[in-house]
Amino acid sequence: METIGKSVYRKEAPDKVTGAAKYTADVQKPGMLHAKLVISPYAHARIKDIDISEARKMPGVRAVLTGQPTPLVGEEIRDRPPIAFGKVRYHGEPAAVVVADTPVQAQAAAERIRIAYEPLPVVNSPADALRKDAPLIHENLEQYEKGVMTYAEPNTNIASRIRIRKGDAAKGFSESDVIVENRISFAPSDHAAMETRCCVAEIAADGTVTIITSSQAPFMAKKIISAAFGVEIGKIVVHAPLVGGAYGGKSSVQWEIIGYLASKAVGGRPVKLDYTREEDLLTAPVHIGLDATVKLGCSKDGKLLAAEMVYLFDSGAYADKSPNLSRAGAVDCTGPYHIDHVSCDSLSVYTNHPYPSAFRGFAHSEVLFAFERTMDMLAAKLQMDPLALRRKNAIAPGHTTPTQVLLNTSNVGNLPRCLERLQELMNWEEGALIRLSDRKVRAKGISCIWKTSTIEPDASSGAVLLANPDGSINLVSGVVEIGTGTKTVLAQMLAEKLRMDVSRIHVKMEVDTQTTPEHWKTVASRGTFMAGRAVLAAAEDLIRQLKDIASRVLRCSPDDLEVGGERVFLRDDPKTGISIKDIAYGYTYPNGNAIGGQIIGRGNYILRHLTCLDPETGAGVPGPEWTVGAQGVVVEYDRRDHTYQILKAVSVIDIGNVLNAKAARGQVIGAMSMGLSFGGRETFEIDRNGIVLNPQLRTYRPLRFGEHPEYIVDFVETPQLDAPFGARGVGEHGLLGMPAALANALSLASGTDLNRLPLTPEFIWRTKRGTSHDSV
Amino acid sequence: MHPSSYGKIGLHLNINGEERTVTIRPADTLLDVLREHLGLTGSKPGCLNGDCGACTVIVGDLPMKSCLMLAVEAADHQVITIEGLNHAPIQQAFIEKFAFQCGYCTPGFIMNVHALINRHPQADCETVKEWLKSNICRCTGYTEIEEAVRSCLLP
Amino acid sequence: MIPYDFEYYRPASVAEAIRLYGGLEKQGKSPVYYSGGTEIITLGRINLVKTGAVIDIKHIPECQVLGFEQNRLILGAGLSLTKLEEADPFPLLSKTAREVADRTSRNKITLGGNICGRIFYREAVLPFLLADSQVVLAGRDGIKRRSVHDVCNGNLRLDKGELLVQLLTERSYLELPHVSIKKRKQWETGYPLITVAALRKDDRIRVAFSGLCPFPFRSVELEEELNRRHVPLKTRVDQAVRRLPSPILNDIEGSAEYRIFVLRNLLEDVMEEMEGK
Repeated sequence: METIGKSVYRKEAPDKVTGAAKYTADVQKPGMLHAKLVISPYAHARIKDIDISEARKMPGVRAVLTGQPTPLVGEEIRDRPPIAFGKVRYHGEPAAVVVADTPVQAQAAAERIRIAYEPLPVVNSPADALRKDAPLIHENLEQYEKGVMTYAEPNTNIASRIRIRKGDAAKGFSESDVIVENRISFAPSDHAAMETRCCVAEIAADGTVTIITSSQAPFMAKKIISAAFGVEIGKIVVHAPLVGGAYGGKSSVQWEIIGYLASKAVGGRPVKLDYTREEDLLTAPVHIGLDATVKLGCSKDGKLLAAEMVYLFDSGAYADKSPNLSRAGAVDCTGPYHIDHVSCDSLSVYTNHPYPSAFRGFAHSEVLFAFERTMDMLAAKLQMDPLALRRKNAIAPGHTTPTQVLLNTSNVGNLPRCLERLQELMNWEEGALIRLSDRKVRAKGISCIWKTSTIEPDASSGAVLLANPDGSINLVSGVVEIGTGTKTVLAQMLAEKLRMDVSRIHVKMEVDTQTTPEHWKTVASRGTFMAGRAVLAAAEDLIRQLKDIASRVLRCSPDDLEVGGERVFLRDDPKTGISIKDIAYGYTYPNGNAIGGQIIGRGNYILRHLTCLDPETGAGVPGPEWTVGAQGVVVEYDRRDHTYQILKAVSVIDIGNVLNAKAARGQVIGAMSMGLSFGGRETFEIDRNGIVLNPQLRTYRPLRFGEHPEYIVDFVETPQLDAPFGARGVGEHGLLGMPAALANALSLASGTDLNRLPLTPEFIWRTKRGTSHDSV
Repeated sequence: MHPSSYGKIGLHLNINGEERTVTIRPADTLLDVLREHLGLTGSKPGCLNGDCGACTVIVGDLPMKSCLMLAVEAADHQVITIEGLNHAPIQQAFIEKFAFQCGYCTPGFIMNVHALINRHPQADCETVKEWLKSNICRCTGYTEIEEAVRSCLLP
Repeated sequence: MIPYDFEYYRPASVAEAIRLYGGLEKQGKSPVYYSGGTEIITLGRINLVKTGAVIDIKHIPECQVLGFEQNRLILGAGLSLTKLEEADPFPLLSKTAREVADRTSRNKITLGGNICGRIFYREAVLPFLLADSQVVLAGRDGIKRRSVHDVCNGNLRLDKGELLVQLLTERSYLELPHVSIKKRKQWETGYPLITVAALRKDDRIRVAFSGLCPFPFRSVELEEELNRRHVPLKTRVDQAVRRLPSPILNDIEGSAEYRIFVLRNLLEDVMEEMEGK
């Protein structure tokens, strides 16, 4: 192949290194006003009174907005007033909005809004939320409008419960020789993209709503605003320029709704709402927390026989994506192993925490932390090598998943091969625990990973190709460029298909929902698969048209023709042909007669054969394929003070086929970095009143330069037959096993089971103090 | 500079080799003025708190977080923003080494590295690390950035 | 974005700065001296610092002095931390300063700003506490010199309107054996869990701390315990821990009891290294 697999530079690269790249916050419009939020200082409180009189009098103020009882918004459950009404349910919730001429005026006025709160008892964890006497966070859960695969339990704090019942778990455990049970937990954390959420909204005289937003889901923003406010859907145009990092955090629709309301309050004038970093961490949706129990049973020789899990996902104050997250966690609830008897209850539970959106990996790193920690505990109990235990149970074609999907050689990658490579790359033979000195040890931990994409069964993606008079092609796709380089990969696919130079393909970076074909959401590592299929379909359409017009000029059958090098030519006589530039806008005969017109290719793709899950057993087809992999971490640990360095992090992922070598590697390493940061340091510090104590980047600390380990990335290539060029999704997978592998390495190093995140030296010290044995 | 009571002031700045005059509040940060008054949006707001480095510019010959500096403080200095670089080697190196993904932190990193290369053309690993810890990149694992920096340093 | 307005003044002399302060104070503007200004900007944007006027002291020549006079090192309060690190006249100071914030921020953060900051770590003061330095203060009643201990040990004791101009350190202290260690909650980023600086003078080891209490400090009583050479180290450390001032910080960086655990290890490491030097 000519272009596929090559490390083609990003199409937007020159803009990104010169400061020319434009993000939402860079937008300036004549007459633009600025909105600022007043956010709740309480996690749960009744709003007794809001006094806006002083704020209204401040210079430059054009409007002050407070909450209304309707409409409610939310993706899976419509449970959220865009601005709090009656009560606040999390620290950071928008409670009022000021619109003024300048950001300074808006902020100064926002500070003069007086809100009287009456604090309510706080639900501070999923376990708390399930207590019989727990305060109800949503009294009207029953009345809310809900999505089809959401199973709420009114008069409790359960926003949704997904059940997986495969085989007979009780029987499986009764046949087991060895059983382990484990509990894990971690609090919510954050995406912390460098670009904070931002939007600019305006409403034209004819009612057309235009929103520019830092979003992965411009098409969803359009749908949600239309549904909530009764705006004709064709009159909503959402623009998504380049996005400064997303990681799932910009797939929820929140700031756009407030921006829309703010513009509406000032007669449709353009209003910019640019979250501060504090608001981006507190107010905007976060990375979900989890409390879980995992029970595993196996035979003496390590054959897994039964698994029983309870996952309590921390839905925070509002459901939004959490019912989907708990469903995603349920469908891959076991990790990539063949187990006949599986029982899982996966709940999303309301608490008074910030509410979650998707986070890179969509519930998988979370569930895998629980499961893969337990696998290591099982291996220890069996006195079996943890890698051997995984190899013995590795999922493979012919096996079924927890939702009883039968796997074949296309819809699942080659996990045993990944484990073999991992074993070599980590020099597993030398042992997992090596004593370096009286104080220091080096320890290795591993985790297997898998993930399917549990996106809507009817999600689709479209692409349009426009020929230029010079024979180059414009590519338009609904994928948002969030940093994954997907649009460059789409250009590579098109170049490969048309056998032309990738530099001659012009990619439209910005998405707008009026002229760009829909791509459901830029999430779930689905860009290359779905948009790729759409681009290939559009390319077929383009080729068909090119051949059609060329056949008339060349007086032959279209079947005799080939396309390549920006020409259409005879297969058996390539010298005879015509340049695409001469037919791109139709063909003109010497006498002036013309035929054809601009060549416009179109294509789309809709996922096929996905099904809703059975509410009792979970049986059904949740996603198109499973990417699998094996990962490891090597740490150097100080047994005296419990500090450690991450020396190496290794990923072996079955990527199907590598489309852009350096870009793929970059995606995997970036995801690994994020996973290690989540595993080792990142968390919201939430006090007993539900207040987040670290809403700044100096206290919420992503990994920095120099804290990173050596990264080793390798790929196994088992093509997915129905994917473009066989490629599997890879945007998220590097993250998935990192927290578990880190915890497994440190559990080995410290001689203590470490089942909470993040893995700070203080946490290890505390855990050590609770136990006495030392395995080293 | 003649301060009046809470009024705006006129300020002369030298940005990217050009003399610019702006009318600002003394409380405006250099980042506010670059982006909102001068349209130089390459310097990115990430935290307004000096924590992330996305707004880094070069003042004199030192990298500075433009959110941590009042615009009035920049009055006597030459300020260089990402828009003022003209094919600096580090820009091309960032492209070739795939040292960015979303690109939002990139101007800040590039300005910091550009100042580093000018000041320490043979910087060792420790110096590179000390300087680059000032910026957060959330997309890459930093390895590609490290490669880009190394490729621009003398051996 | 700072959501309120203030005036900006750039005095050229200490006297002018003091005069400005007095006048602005009378006008009810609650003026503040502005050096690096990083804290005024970051706390100002969330209204934790409110002022109607900032007085930028960086351009006062006395605040920019870096040099020796009569066997004394004079460091102006307006010098940036990176300038001090690069000139390196006081190696212990360079080492301690290097761990404050990050390199780019330290191009802006100044010695005086760090020492007089509201954010209570104020790590740059530790070396001066160990070297029995003097501070030069300017106020309404003129310039005076005082011991750093009187002004900066524990909570800051500056009078209203008083300006830290310089720090003076005897040359004999500058090259003494020393260590400086910063322990953080995790890896290499963030505020200190504990920062300890130590110096050996006349065979006695001096130690000063930041991050342990909500103020930086040096304790003579604690040093007494550590320097009882005939007593086993572990016992000395136990005794030293009993001499800690209160309160011990108990916050998101670490619990009080964990800080004590870290401190014990740190003290053992510091003493072993310093006694070996």
